[in-house]
Amino acid sequence: MTAPQVEVLLQTILSGLLLGGLYALIGIGMTLIMGVMKIINLAHGELMMVGMYIAYVLFSVFHIDPYLSIFIAAPALFLLGILLQKYLINPVLKVDAIIPENQVILTVGIGMVLSNIATIIFSSDYKTTPVDYATKAWYLSDIWKASPIELSLSLPWSVSFSFALMITGALWFFLTKTDMGKSIRATAQDKDAALLMGVNVERMRVVTFGLGSALVGSAGCLFIPIYYLYPDLGGQFTLTAFVITILGGLGSTVGAIVGGLILGVFESLTSTYAGMGWAPVGRFVIFLAALIFVPQGIMSLFTRKRFGK
Amino acid sequence: MKKTLPLFIAGILALLPLIGLSSYWMHILILVLMWSVIGMAWNLLGGYCGQVSFGHAAFFGVGAYTAGILYNKTGVSAWWGMPLSVIVVALFALLIGYICLRLKGPFFALGTLAMGVILRVTAENLTTITEGDLGIMIRERTWIDKTWYFYIILLIAIVSFFIVKKVIESKLGYYFVAIREDQDAAESLGINTTFYKTIALTLSAVLTGLAGVFYTNYMGYIDPKIVFALHDISIVTIMVVMVGGVATYWGPLVGAIIMVFLAEIIRSIPKLGAAHHTFFGVLLIVIIIYLPNGITGDLPKLKRLFGKGKAA
Repeated sequence: MTAPQVEVLLQTILSGLLLGGLYALIGIGMTLIMGVMKIINLAHGELMMVGMYIAYVLFSVFHIDPYLSIFIAAPALFLLGILLQKYLINPVLKVDAIIPENQVILTVGIGMVLSNIATIIFSSDYKTTPVDYATKAWYLSDIWKASPIELSLSLPWSVSFSFALMITGALWFFLTKTDMGKSIRATAQDKDAALLMGVNVERMRVVTFGLGSALVGSAGCLFIPIYYLYPDLGGQFTLTAFVITILGGLGSTVGAIVGGLILGVFESLTSTYAGMGWAPVGRFVIFLAALIFVPQGIMSLFTRKRFGK
Repeated sequence: MKKTLPLFIAGILALLPLIGLSSYWMHILILVLMWSVIGMAWNLLGGYCGQVSFGHAAFFGVGAYTAGILYNKTGVSAWWGMPLSVIVVALFALLIGYICLRLKGPFFALGTLAMGVILRVTAENLTTITEGDLGIMIRERTWIDKTWYFYIILLIAIVSFFIVKKVIESKLGYYFVAIREDQDAAESLGINTTFYKTIALTLSAVLTGLAGVFYTNYMGYIDPKIVFALHDISIVTIMVVMVGGVATYWGPLVGAIIMVFLAEIIRSIPKLGAAHHTFFGVLLIVIIIYLPNGITGDLPKLKRLFGKGKAA
């Protein structure tokens, strides 16, 4: 490989990692909901789209920076998630039906309504938040003058990535150190045992759905400075989140982070070497490979080693 | 009465073009029949066998593209896609089944959903074969008049109806229902669940593929975003069955009538036209919460409801 080729490869991997950090945040929200409630939330990407539109409105009307709008979008999404769970998903979980996948279809319905309402309010035009630092970047040659290769790091991408890291860290703290976080994890492990230990399972489910929505909503705020926005964008991110969840193992938070990073890098590689249009195919190649070779998720490879099986 | 009802309804449908309906109404009827074929196919897999597929657009699209590519590359009539699609779609179904049927419940649903998207993106990018986003145009229409199209789709619908009925009333049908009710129990009773699920998937896929071939011939234009559409094909398929009645013979027809008419009515109202997905979504939510087995499936419940209304 010649120097320019190495440069392209490293640059691709770098941007893949940055993208993967954001993907991880989306995936964690989904895996959390899946672990605790045992349902797949197919409105996940649409919730992210709602978060993005909140950030967009705040930016274009009040000129609030998209990164600051996390503090408004996340609580708003938390509330939306709670309402959806309480008044739509919970009643369905109690209904007796022939098809057990009713709640999945329900979330599809919710997603359809959300994206259609967004189309009506905002029209299907592509929207962006033109922040003035959008094109700023750091270059390797600024720091290391004699560097043989040139790498660049986009400012909004790296800020988004660090925010994603911070949110993930905060979530980790919440889940492992606080009482409520522990109750949520207990519910995920064994609902009935948790109930016997005095955990309010019903409430934990509502909180989890809210939390998952808030996470994906803040991911939306992190995405909007570097991405564009249109009402139907949700579907592709729902799929991304699902692929990450399968890749990382169902209900595993660490798995979601690893899965997100792998997916980000792989997608970045396919779009560099096979063409932009093929990037979604790359995503699903990973998905199928995961299903066939590591159906328990990527983390199962490590646990097996740890127990010496 | 019960035995002759299918023949009776088929007879009425066959006589409909004779009363001189306008071209628009013929179009609506054709759409209703096409959707009921897809619905019946989905019902076989989702309703009876319990494997909820979110990716029936994959089979619809493969069928449509079999006909389209055949026409585009060799120049023979796209109707030859009918026999050819049976083989092609069955092969695709076996492949998709091999990958997705190792998944259970909701994960199967998402696996199939992903398959639909994979095929769409592939069709968009393999421009040498599929013409990509340009789509394939059938340049000479077989008939200007819609009557023959109507009879062809009616024939497909009748055949599908009887295939589904025969399968469900045979031993296979009992295996399917056993798998739906409890897969592990079925397995322990000696039913090779993967084998029977593959049969259900392949049959369902082939019927859906035929509807796809018909679509290519009837509409005369296909592109990946239309025939592999997630919302407008896969989800609408599920809605047709959910609204009409899961695991019932007549559910898909009832659902197709309601969905097609609803779509037409909403689209014709000015300003509300853009909101038709909202209406679909709300309808879906309402149906799932209040009539989880669809209109045909929950008919006794509906009757009771209205009976009570009269008494009060």
